[in-house]
Amino acid sequence: MAIKDYIRERFFPHMWCAGCGHGIVLNGLLRAIEQIGISKNDIVMVSGIGCSSRISGYVDFHTLHTLHGRALAFATGVKMSRPELKLIVPMGDGDALAIGGNHFIHAARRNIDMTAIVMNNRIYGMTGGQYSPLSGYGTSATTAPYSNIDHTFDVVNLSVAAGASFVARTTAYHVMQMISVLKQAILHKGFSVVEILTQCPTYFGRKNKLGGAVEMMEYFKNNTTSVGSKAKQENPELIERGVFVRKEIPEYCSEYEKIIQRATIG
Amino acid sequence: MSQNIRFIQGNEVCVEAALYAGLNFFAGYPITPSTEIAEHLSLRLPQIKGRFIQMEDEIASVCAIIGASLTGHKVMTATSGPGFSLMQEGLGYAIMAEIPCVIINVQRGGPSTGLPTSVSQGDVGQALWGTHGDHAVIAMTASNHQDIFAMTVHAFNMAETYRTPVILLFDEVTGHMRERLVIPEPGEFPLVERLRTSVKEGVDYHPYLPREDGRLPMSDFGGKHRYNVTGLAHDMWGFPSNNPSVVQGLLRHLVDKINNNSHNITRYNEYEMEDARTVLISYGSSARSALHVVKNRRARGERIGLLELQTLWPFPFGLVRQKCADAKYIVVVEMNMGQILQPVRMAVDNPERVYLANRIDGVFITPTDIKNILRIIQGRGM
Amino acid sequence: MERCRLVFSGSGGQGVITAAVILAESAVLYEDLIAVQTQSYGPEARGGATRSDVIIADSEIYFPKVNQPNVLVCLTQEAYNKFYSIVRPGGLLITDTRFVKTWKKVDARQKELPMYQTIMEKIGKPIVFNIFMLGSLISMVDLVKPESIMKILETRIPSAFLEMNRQALRLGMELGAQFNY
Repeated sequence: MAIKDYIRERFFPHMWCAGCGHGIVLNGLLRAIEQIGISKNDIVMVSGIGCSSRISGYVDFHTLHTLHGRALAFATGVKMSRPELKLIVPMGDGDALAIGGNHFIHAARRNIDMTAIVMNNRIYGMTGGQYSPLSGYGTSATTAPYSNIDHTFDVVNLSVAAGASFVARTTAYHVMQMISVLKQAILHKGFSVVEILTQCPTYFGRKNKLGGAVEMMEYFKNNTTSVGSKAKQENPELIERGVFVRKEIPEYCSEYEKIIQRATIG
Repeated sequence: MSQNIRFIQGNEVCVEAALYAGLNFFAGYPITPSTEIAEHLSLRLPQIKGRFIQMEDEIASVCAIIGASLTGHKVMTATSGPGFSLMQEGLGYAIMAEIPCVIINVQRGGPSTGLPTSVSQGDVGQALWGTHGDHAVIAMTASNHQDIFAMTVHAFNMAETYRTPVILLFDEVTGHMRERLVIPEPGEFPLVERLRTSVKEGVDYHPYLPREDGRLPMSDFGGKHRYNVTGLAHDMWGFPSNNPSVVQGLLRHLVDKINNNSHNITRYNEYEMEDARTVLISYGSSARSALHVVKNRRARGERIGLLELQTLWPFPFGLVRQKCADAKYIVVVEMNMGQILQPVRMAVDNPERVYLANRIDGVFITPTDIKNILRIIQGRGM
Repeated sequence: MERCRLVFSGSGGQGVITAAVILAESAVLYEDLIAVQTQSYGPEARGGATRSDVIIADSEIYFPKVNQPNVLVCLTQEAYNKFYSIVRPGGLLITDTRFVKTWKKVDARQKELPMYQTIMEKIGKPIVFNIFMLGSLISMVDLVKPESIMKILETRIPSAFLEMNRQALRLGMELGAQFNY
């Protein structure tokens, strides 16, 4: 099937700003799905609120555009009641980790089979550039005019600690790696997290004088390295990319099937 | 003994009724005094290949049941005041996206954490206007086990018929009380099943285009039609729209489908109402105390009756107006500061006839409380 | 039968609520009577004095709580101190000699039964205290037949423990009969 067959063409051009990284994530995701060859009827995409969540409107799957932060909770209901469906849950950084932080860690803890994509642009874009939990100390935002004193989460470490059985990170610059880790995440049985660093030149870039989309993507290129690389040892400031965790542990819906078997025997 | 007679708590009655109605998925979070509902369903649902999940909070619980409803299942959650507050966000979503689901609120004393183990009917108003934005809602209640069963089944039927969340407002007394329940035979109550679209694969399906009768056929997530569901104002395809005429049509539809079908949704009981000069209006557990007073006073020849409301929202204005037409005194008996008193006053002519007999201290209202009010009212200028 | 309003009180772990439920359930399922059972919940039900109300009647019961019980059972001093005054004038107040020291000013027939002592002497297991108490109660007040209580126990208790409960019920009835004057 061609990539075009996975989109709702009538809603294009999309609503994201020129230079936004979210369109690249959409592209990478569709290529990953196309390469795996999953039927469109078997995919449910659940998203929350924010720039990132609008991705669900553009794809020709079963799409559930929900409440701010709650995408994983809705997705849990969909998955539990129809475990054979593939659940893909794209979220923004504020969506997934501020208002949705509790749902995020608990979905990870349960190891319920779905793919959480954290499109991390370090800012609330839809509301006009307020600092998010991923903005970082010393950054600038419309709600941090004197500089931000909030520290960030490390999405990878948080996911690992919460119990996610597949954890990866990539960027909007590294599109081939993005397709590859998304494929692995979707095929993984369990809760998978893919953090994708994506640029918001409109707000985060402008507020922090990081240049335009090109400069921000160059930043991803020059300041990241593969997991466990020699470069990381030499320069600890580099952000690691790749697959951090991949483990086979009991998946929630499969475990519930065993509960059903136990309950129906007696 | 008949196999169908049980001596159980009201919360368990609600479980039996939900399973009778076809409940297949429950998500919830423990909270007194509703917890027994979750406990019993964690045991019962896997026995019928249904699914139970305890979520991280009430926000997640209501979201999870909405997700499960979209795959074609009958779903429910249960909570009490503080959890009901957290569910308002998801409740609004289910109203906007028109997702059938049932939300049980076993009421306790509030505001805030309030009186966790004491009875109250303080969430009646919240059920109507707790979630933001203009909307209509269905909220119902019952005072005894047989009616808890019937109203729970009715709630599932109304949720499916009108593609909307339905709230059941039980309370600590009915929830924890044990009394006899005769479990109805299969088929004794008609069940409304999910109305699914007959549109064939490959043909355009409009999830939000009402049929002539106002109902909207659904298509299960994972089925042959792929469509969008959103909490944003949306068009007939389910895609976001801020076109004023689309938004106007949507909001009218959301309100009209419920308010114009009040006759179908309304349930009530009446006792000794034929020639009643004093009409008590009550609902839920407080109706038991009101009925106690009516039976006692009738035995002594007083013309007194009880109108027990089971559907609270949409408020049955016409019914209340008609039943109270000849009453000299109308006394609303409830355990709050007058949340049903207000619509009763709006419903009747000469609202100065309407009085309140209430209790708000966490103690179950007694027949004596009601009699004391009657004594004051009836002693005045008779 | 006449409407009988009962209040069972004691401390958590004595099985007073279970006893109340079993009595009411046996009346509904096997005696074709109407019964309603309620209980106090919350912090006061965890330690402190627990209370369960039962009404048994042959006509509909609307108000489900008991204000003035015809029969009040108190199995701890705390429960007695808290509830003795609510008993209906002329009603029956049953206490256990081991746990409760009664006061004389109560306007009721006070019956002080050595229930706990008898169980420990004859069975040696305090776990059937509540069933023994039910046995004493039904021999002093005409409520339900012992067979009806046994039928309920058969559905609730592992068969290995049924005999001990049957014995406790019988011994309780024997003790109660001695006090039924």
